[in-house]
Amino acid sequence: MSHALPRISASQSTTDHSTIGKPVVSVRGLVRNFGNGNVLDGLSLDLQPGSFTALLGRSGCGKSTLLRTLAKLDPAPEGSVQLPEERAVVFQEPRLVPWMRVLRNVTLGLRRLDAEARGLAALAEVGLSHRARAWPLTLSGGEAQRAALARALVREPRLLLLDEPFAALDALTRMRMQGLVETLWRAHAPAVLLVTHDVDEALLLADRAVVMADGKIAADIPIPLARPRRHGDPGFIALRSRLLAELGVDEEHLAAREPQRTDVTATDTRTAGARPGGYGLPAGAAAAPSL
Amino acid sequence: MTAATATQRTGTRSRRWTFPAGTLPAGLRRCAVPLALLVLWQASVGLGWISTRTIPSPSQILAAFWDLTVSGELAVHLLVSLGRVSAGLAIGVSAGTVCALIAGLSRRGEDALDALLQMLRTLPHLALVPLFILWFGIGETPKIALVALGTAFPIYLNLFAGIRTVDAKVVEAVSTLGLTRWEMIAQVILPGALPAFLTGLRYALGVAWLSLVVGEQINASSGIGYLAMTAREFLRTDVIIVALIVYAILGLLADLIVRVIERRALVWRPAFIKE
Repeated sequence: MSHALPRISASQSTTDHSTIGKPVVSVRGLVRNFGNGNVLDGLSLDLQPGSFTALLGRSGCGKSTLLRTLAKLDPAPEGSVQLPEERAVVFQEPRLVPWMRVLRNVTLGLRRLDAEARGLAALAEVGLSHRARAWPLTLSGGEAQRAALARALVREPRLLLLDEPFAALDALTRMRMQGLVETLWRAHAPAVLLVTHDVDEALLLADRAVVMADGKIAADIPIPLARPRRHGDPGFIALRSRLLAELGVDEEHLAAREPQRTDVTATDTRTAGARPGGYGLPAGAAAAPSL
Repeated sequence: MTAATATQRTGTRSRRWTFPAGTLPAGLRRCAVPLALLVLWQASVGLGWISTRTIPSPSQILAAFWDLTVSGELAVHLLVSLGRVSAGLAIGVSAGTVCALIAGLSRRGEDALDALLQMLRTLPHLALVPLFILWFGIGETPKIALVALGTAFPIYLNLFAGIRTVDAKVVEAVSTLGLTRWEMIAQVILPGALPAFLTGLRYALGVAWLSLVVGEQINASSGIGYLAMTAREFLRTDVIIVALIVYAILGLLADLIVRVIERRALVWRPAFIKE
């Protein structure tokens, strides 16, 4: 893996962000061992309240394990992990309970008197009011994922964990969902950690990209781009190259696809690059090794 | 033939290789062969081609059915049989459910119960009749016990598998929502295992009738099985066939009941929603 561009180390970035305030998530020296080596190897990470962080890395770099640890789905045997009580997770699959209507799915586990009203409000926010009484198996892929978002949103999370939530959606639905997530993030300002394979998605949504390698944070790159962001902006393209380099993708090999990437919107190329549930990289990175 | 023409099935021309359907309505056409067989059967017996001792004519069976109904004999035996099946089912389904919950919801329960029950289930339960007679005598107990034993296993096996195969991803997602263990079991695990339970219940009902047939031939003094056994002694083939028909109808009704339950309980399944 070549690191042609300078990168900010994890510790540096921590000090960068700590000027904002007390982090909502604080991970120190996290180690997770699966028998054949450490999946997480002394990882440290802070997330600021209301920040939007994208977590990138090759398959098997430990990013899913990190997300699962932050969701308290996996144990943290070594190291310290400080988390807010109000957490919510959206997975790649909607994971709705099929025998509960959409509204009941959203309010499940919500211990408040106005749970139903809040559930309806959350469904309205994701544009799914008309499906509140529907059975989950009758929803389309995008609708189901929006219901999953509402289920997360209704808990008023201070930490929202998104585990490749758009990977299984078709290109158009994915674009809409990305827009929706950005809107919801602005409205409710949870700290968001988005695990993704998609460099463009990270650059569209996040204000910080964290690249993981070998169970550690290999690069921590701020994304100071103005919103709304476009794929063709010079700043976008520069950051894209840098992120790809961090991920070990040699852009020289992708040169042939370069015009396609800049001329056509990313969505068009995504249709060819990404398969639902697959790990295809969008845009010019389609020829890259699996990330 | 292209797909477009193949869909034009209303026209007589589209299925050139079949003979024309004729003018009879579809329902009547479907009944034609069974009706013809009935007529043939009636005629064969009437003309003396088949001895009534081998098989009586449909009209004789109908007459026997009528006599048994009018005399109230059929109702009495039917109630006794239904009572036995209900008692046996209640015990068997409860035992199967309790065992499946214990083994399905905890590792320790599985270690304690599963191996034992998997061993026992390979035993054909009807082979236990001699043992049951020695243990329980020839009263109601061995008959009910036979039904209970036979029905417990399909319930156990299906519910246990159902509990263990509830979508782990959904369970994981729900576990992030802050439900208590019991809420999780009551709202997610058990409803998720319900389709498997209902499949088990259907099997159990089939086994229940089979066990009843065998059980009622153990020195019974009432019940549909008893009706058939005494009819044999008096060479009343017509009554035997009435008993068989009653068994068949009971089996069909039981299946129908489970279907109705499924339709109401599994309303969330797309197959049911579309209808």
